[in-house]
Amino acid sequence: MSAIEFDVRYAARLAHIELTCAEEQKLSAQLANILGYVEKLKELEVSQVEPTAHAVPMVNVTRPDEVRPGLTNEEALRNAPARAGGLFLVPKIVE
Amino acid sequence: MLNQLTISELTGKLAKRECSAREAMQACLDQIQRVDRRIKAFLGYDAADALAQAEAADTAIAGGADFKPRPLLGVPVAVKDVLCVKGHPCNCGSKILAKFVSPYDATVIERLKAAGAIVFGRLNMDEFAMGSSTENSAFFTTLNPWDTTRIPGGSSGGSAAAVAADEAIATLGSDTGGSIRQPAALCGVVGLKPTYGRVSRYGLVAFASSLDQIGPFTKDVRDAALIMSVISGLDPRDSTSVPEAVPDYAAALGGNIKGLKLGLPKEYMIGGLDPEVKAAVDAAVRQLQKLGAEAREISLPHTDYAAATYYIIAPAEASANLARFDGIRYGLRVDGADPVELYGKTRGAGFGAEVKRRIILGTYVLSSGYYDAYYLRAQKVRTLIRQDFLKAFEQVDAIVTPTTPTAAFKVGEKSDDPLQMYLSDVFTVAANVAGICGVSVPCGFTQSPKLPIGLQLLGKPFGEATILKLAHAYEQSAGWRREKPPLP
Repeated sequence: MSAIEFDVRYAARLAHIELTCAEEQKLSAQLANILGYVEKLKELEVSQVEPTAHAVPMVNVTRPDEVRPGLTNEEALRNAPARAGGLFLVPKIVE
Repeated sequence: MLNQLTISELTGKLAKRECSAREAMQACLDQIQRVDRRIKAFLGYDAADALAQAEAADTAIAGGADFKPRPLLGVPVAVKDVLCVKGHPCNCGSKILAKFVSPYDATVIERLKAAGAIVFGRLNMDEFAMGSSTENSAFFTTLNPWDTTRIPGGSSGGSAAAVAADEAIATLGSDTGGSIRQPAALCGVVGLKPTYGRVSRYGLVAFASSLDQIGPFTKDVRDAALIMSVISGLDPRDSTSVPEAVPDYAAALGGNIKGLKLGLPKEYMIGGLDPEVKAAVDAAVRQLQKLGAEAREISLPHTDYAAATYYIIAPAEASANLARFDGIRYGLRVDGADPVELYGKTRGAGFGAEVKRRIILGTYVLSSGYYDAYYLRAQKVRTLIRQDFLKAFEQVDAIVTPTTPTAAFKVGEKSDDPLQMYLSDVFTVAANVAGICGVSVPCGFTQSPKLPIGLQLLGKPFGEATILKLAHAYEQSAGWRREKPPLP
């Protein structure tokens, strides 16, 4: 298996996941190993092959633009970790 | 004992008033009391709510309710912790959902309830359905009822173990790369993954949206057919569900299988295949031939690339789907100075190791500069894998393989080596990548220790009726269903 570099810190930052140093070390070895395994896909010639996103392709699935029942404000907020005045409460974003 | 009955046996008794739904529900609850301390299939259940639903079913039966439009009337069905049931917790085997309570029913739950089922319990699973053993559950590992030093398979390990241990009449699980068929095989029960688009995923917490399907775990093939007719069909709330008519799957059972053509893919006879598993599958094929089916060798040339394709596509889609767990609208929140710090701390503390591994891998293969090399290439190989199957199905009605390369492995045996764990799904992932249907049905046991072996039948898109018919004919002639695990 080829030596794959895996910049775990970069990918974890993109994914918004804070890792400990021990986790970083373990993950970077494991992910390099997994990426080494998936390298085998490069054996195949695929330049003329169309990609498949969905096994049963459906296009432009629409519905009439009509108001339908949904969650009430109370139901939507019921699981919120912090709320105030019928809204989700979050840390300050702009000064 | 009522908890040991199949759906058809139980509804037969209920219709003749030989027992009540309350008694059946109580029998399941008693069994959970008796065995679940060791099996640990359930994360939780609300006994009072379950009994109240049972009493409502009894009232309906006493009022002369017709079982035809409500084929599951009074039947206790437990569900994997990834499906929303209104007013009940949903944790996906994770800490990050904290005290989440579902504000609505998943479509499959609505349909089960409309069919009269008693929906109860939260079944253990690998966190966010990522795993093959339940060892990735943030709560505990479920154990295999046939040998409690071994895993029940995963990710729907709780769903499989609960049926094997007669803690429920049937259960629901979800299958993204084998998460129904693999645990069904390892626990000796029937498990079916429907064709992509057959069953609505509305109310299923998404893992990999182009692969996920919901399906049943049952004690026999007829029960799987019964549940499939209830949960299948178009749902405007899942735009990937397909407007394809839903047959009465159970009505198609019992017919002659003479002349049906079975394909045996030569690429599945790999080195890691256990000789006892191979012998059991070979014997099952001979049995199907005796019943009139024709078997021939076929080739699925891209088989060896299915797992690699899957382990790019599934993490990529998971990294997008799991972005919603950010500590803002529900679940765990670990505070930070600003929202970005809050996200990182919440997700760092809330997700377990495997989920982090897959999100980070998925983020990486989608990131700028790597998308074409990994994700786009995997989607192209996906086309080749799907074409292999569609071509094979021009010659055969079903493809027969082992469900898993080995019987249940020991707790801890693969938990430190994620790649080895991934490769235990090698026979099941291709069906998800190709979007076809598959069922696992018991086909024997290893000798010592005595562990179940599963036969996998793969069918054409929307070919559930054919694989159920074959599985049923095999099951009826083989007689494995009478075997029960040696429970305490």
